[in-house]
This record gives sequence, structure tokens and C-alpha cells, in this order.
Amino acid sequence: MSESGRTKSVLTQSARVLDPSLSSTVSRTQFGLFLRRLRRDRLTVVAMVVCTIVVLGAAGSPLLQHWGVIDPIGFNSELVKGIGSLPGGAWGGMSWAHPLGVEPGTGRDLLSRIVSGLTVSMAVAILSSLLSLTIGTVLGLIAGLSKGKVDWFISRLIDLVLSFPQLLMLLTLAPVLVGVLNERLHIPDGPPSQIAFMVLVLGAFGWPYPARIVRGQVLSLREREFVEAAVSLGASRTYLYFREILPHLAAPLLICATLVIPQYIAAEATLGFLGLGIQAPTASLGSILNDSVSYASVMPTYFLFPGLVLAIIVLSFNLLGDGLRDVLDPKDNRKS
Amino acid sequence: MLFVISIITFGIFFAAPNDPASLTCGRECTVETLEANRIAMGLDKPITVQYANMVKGLFTDRYYPDDPVLRERAPETVVVCEAPCLGYSFLKQKEVSSLVADALPVTVSLALGAFVLWMIVGVGAGVLAATRRGSWIDRGLVGAALIGYSLPTFFVGLLFLTFISIRWGWLPIPYYTPFVEDPLAWATGLILPWSALAVVLAAGYVRLSRAYMIESLGEDYIRTARAKGVRERSITVKHALRASLTPVITMAGLDLGGLLGGMIVTEQIFGLRGLGQLAIDAVTNVDLPVIVAVVLIAATAYTLANLAVDLIYGIIDPRVRHA
Repeated sequence: MSESGRTKSVLTQSARVLDPSLSSTVSRTQFGLFLRRLRRDRLTVVAMVVCTIVVLGAAGSPLLQHWGVIDPIGFNSELVKGIGSLPGGAWGGMSWAHPLGVEPGTGRDLLSRIVSGLTVSMAVAILSSLLSLTIGTVLGLIAGLSKGKVDWFISRLIDLVLSFPQLLMLLTLAPVLVGVLNERLHIPDGPPSQIAFMVLVLGAFGWPYPARIVRGQVLSLREREFVEAAVSLGASRTYLYFREILPHLAAPLLICATLVIPQYIAAEATLGFLGLGIQAPTASLGSILNDSVSYASVMPTYFLFPGLVLAIIVLSFNLLGDGLRDVLDPKDNRKS
Repeated sequence: MLFVISIITFGIFFAAPNDPASLTCGRECTVETLEANRIAMGLDKPITVQYANMVKGLFTDRYYPDDPVLRERAPETVVVCEAPCLGYSFLKQKEVSSLVADALPVTVSLALGAFVLWMIVGVGAGVLAATRRGSWIDRGLVGAALIGYSLPTFFVGLLFLTFISIRWGWLPIPYYTPFVEDPLAWATGLILPWSALAVVLAAGYVRLSRAYMIESLGEDYIRTARAKGVRERSITVKHALRASLTPVITMAGLDLGGLLGGMIVTEQIFGLRGLGQLAIDAVTNVDLPVIVAVVLIAATAYTLANLAVDLIYGIIDPRVRHA
């Protein structure tokens, strides 16, 4: 600001103090600013709406099933009497009662299975991102604040986990971990232990990404004036961690979460596709896709619909994450 | 780093509840045969000895079973695994190195072909979008990149395979022909998996190269070059692109390194017998030596790719060279 500009602003400020009605600027809260910026970005709003529908659908599908709106388990064997138990009729047996057709072999309603599969897929994605974000934040905070040996060790640990071929390790770890869950922890084999398994492996390999972000943020935050001010006022370490630094990590972590969740949804589907994780008859996007692979050439709609649902969900979460980054962190506009 | 990874991998499988020896023993398995197999596989020794043997095998020959007496009396029953020995797969009755030698060319062909394709498409589209910033070309490319970025590999692969080769028959169902035998068949057989991988991977490069191109096109030296009368094409390629290559190459190195570790999903969909398939087979059969070898190869590829990226920095970025 130039010299004359500063003088001017000082003058207007003092004028404002003398007479509040002169004030031309409206004061805005942080949240108000956030909403204002968000409203301008229509694509992000659309993505947000889709994500909300997905989350609500995932949360509500057990209720829908209870009320009998969707029926992911009931067989409709009268519909699959074609050759090789393929559903009769065009497009995989599409009808008003079964808008996306039915499964070959069993005749279960595909739309119902996708909707109820969302619950499991979203549960896996949200729980594993919570786990990886928690581990990542804690380790990133420790690394960023303690410098020296501890920082070196955690950074090397991050490099180590990143250099493991992840999918391969997930595949190889699967039998070991499932065994431990079943035998040592007495969790019976079934959807709960399969979900626990997915959350554990995805969390265990996913934490380096948030840890790197948090460490980088902390390294720059700790040099800022407000931290220095708090230290000079005699703030304790815990106060520094929780009250001064952690609140500043909220925005990057929120962005990170929206970008990590779609990765985990896709990862669950990919592992399911390889026959790992959630097993039929429990529906998840992964297990539906795994069932559908063998029918890919004779009944493409069977893998096309869950695949498209998956792609739309991942796309919306990615758009939301990108949008939130632009809105919450206007400095980093490189990727917009 | 590789050392730590090898120890961890080894440890995990030693802790696995399954007994590899019991899988080599057929239906009429007696306690004696099981024990003999375990000794033949070297599983009777403590884990540290097993690990030391494995490392030693990289430099000297190994014998299976490792029994000097048997080697003298009946040399035909002992398999010699020549150095560098990655181990011996009792399930496939083959040395791990020969299994890897069969699978590696497939994976490398897949990865390199896809790499060339996605770099050309990704960076090309990114540069195009950046120079036409704000136009419908830019919007279209960015939109397409976002969609590609959100599609899982297996979905794209399955889509391509089902429609392009099975339903419409535009391209043959992927198969692998060694490059030295018939380069044309090699390329036509792999074009589908290459494109599937490129669709997913190029997307990130469109976003990245576009972002950095826009940034460097706004720099002062670009204005200077324009003022000097340098042609626009030359400005784009020589001045702006070169400056924005560094982050692109970092990402490329990591992606390529990750890919060489076995494209499990891609190989599975297209039925190509590369490292990924080898790994899946090994995992389902608890074939320990093969798993360890594949994990190590993957980690080595990743580490080497990192190193290559650092070396390339020196070539494209003079600041690194002088530092």
C-alpha cells in the first residue's frame, strides 16, 4: 500500500470510529465468506449435492430395506429362466419393478443391490479415511513439531510405506490379517470382520499422504508470529498443539478427506474386483462388480451400472475436494 | 530401504498362519513327507537363517534341498539355483528367476508402451489447454481429464475389453508377442491395455502440465521472448514447457516406478501373464519365494525410478546442476 493510501485508510478508519454510519464495508464472518465463494462455484455445488445424496442414500438404505422399498437379498428366479440363467428381456431384464435389471442366476434386483452396497462401500471409505487421517495427523504433528531425529524417523517411515507396492501388499496381507481378526480377536468371519479388514489395510497404507500434508503445514505454522506470541506468553506444549496449531489444520484436512474418500471407494471396488474384501451375498460396489465380471461379455449392463455409479461418486467427491480447495485456500489456485 | 522392505516382507509371510509346506504335499500326505518337504524347503530353520540364506543366494549358488550328503550321492535330485538366485518355487517346480524372466518382459512392455502413450496424450493435452486457456478446447480437455481421473482402471479396462474387442471386434483380444519376434504383433496385441492405462493415468498429467504451463507462461521471461520476436511455438515448447517439466517428471517417475511393480488389475483383466499375475498366483498359493521376489522387484523399480527422476532434474533444470 502506498504512503497516500495508508494515510487515506487511517483517515477513513478514524472517521468510522467517529461516526459508525460512514462505514461502507459489511463485516463478514469466515463462514459467510466461505459460503459466498462457494455460491459462485456452481460445479462444486452440484458435486456437493450429489455427495450429499450419496451419503444420505448410504445411511438410509438399511431403513429402505426395512420398509421393503429395496430388496437386495430376495431371489426372483422366475425372471432368470433364459439361457445360462441370464435374465429375460432386453438390457438385463429392465422393467419398472427392476429399473436397472436383475442379477443373472439369482434374479436379485440390481438397483437394490447397488443402493444397499453404497452403505458398505461408504462405511469402508469413511472409516478408513478417518483412520488414515487420524494416524497421519498425529504422526505429521509429531514430525513437524519435534524436528531432528523423530522427524527423520517418521519421514523415512513415510517413504518406506510409500515405496511398498500397495495393491500387492494388500493382496498378500489379506489372508494374514483375516486370520488374525478371526482367531486372535474372535471376530467371526462375515461382513463386520471383512469391513474391519478393509478399514485396517486401507488405513495402514493410506496415512502417509495426510501425514506429509500435516507435517508440511506444521513446519510452516510453527514459524508464524502467533505461535511465537503464544510461546512468549508461556503457553504449554499441549496448548500449542491443540489450541494454536490444530485449528489451522482443519481446512487442509477437510480437503484431504474429500480427496481421500473417493480413493478409498475406488480402492474397495478394486479389491472387491480382485475377489478380496467384502464377499457376496453382502452387497458392496466391490462385491457387485466382482460378481459381474464373469458376465461382462454376455450382459454388459451388469457391470456397467455399478461401474457408472462408482465413477459418478468418485467424480463428485473429486470435484467437491477441488472446489473446497479453491474456496478454502485461495492462495493455491494453481490447479483451478 | 530395500533391505528394510525385504525384511518386512519376509517377516509378514513367516507370521502367516498358512503352512507353505502343507500345500506342496498332496492328498495322501503323511507326517513324514510333510516334514521332509519342510526340510527341503528350508522351513525347518529359524527365520533369521532363512533370511540370511535368501540374501546369500543373491551372490552364490543355492541348492534345493540344501543337503551336502544328498548332493554327493544323488546329484540329480538336487536343484541348483545359480547366482543371483531369487529362490526356488516348490509349487511350480521352477526357479523364481526363470518365472520372473518369463513375466518381466510382459510387464515392462505394458508399462513402457502405456507410459509413452499417456505422456504424449497427457502433456500434449495439458499444453494445448494451457495455450488456449479459457476456450472450449481448454474446458473440454479439463473436463475429460477430471472424468478420466475418476474412473477406476479396472472399469476402463473391462469397458474397453467388452466393447472394443469382444462386442465390436475393432481390436484383437490382447495377447503378448515378444517384441523381437514380431514388433507389429507386439504393438497390436497390447494397444488395448495401453490405451486403458493411458486413459486413467494421462488425466493427472493434463491437470498438472496445464497448471504449471499457465504459471510459467505468465513469467517475465516469456514476455521477453515474445518481445524478441521468438515464434509462439518455440516459446511454448522451449521456454514454457521446459520450465514446467520438473513436477511432471516427478509424477511420471513415481507412476512408472509404481507400474513396473506389476499391474495387477490390468494384467488380470486382459489375461496377460506378467508380474502382477505371477504375484496373484503366488499369493493364492502362499508361494513365499515368489511373493518376496515380486515385492522386492516392485520396490526396486520404485526406488530406481526415484533415482532416475533426481538424475533427470540435473539435465532439464540448470539450477539443480549448479547447486
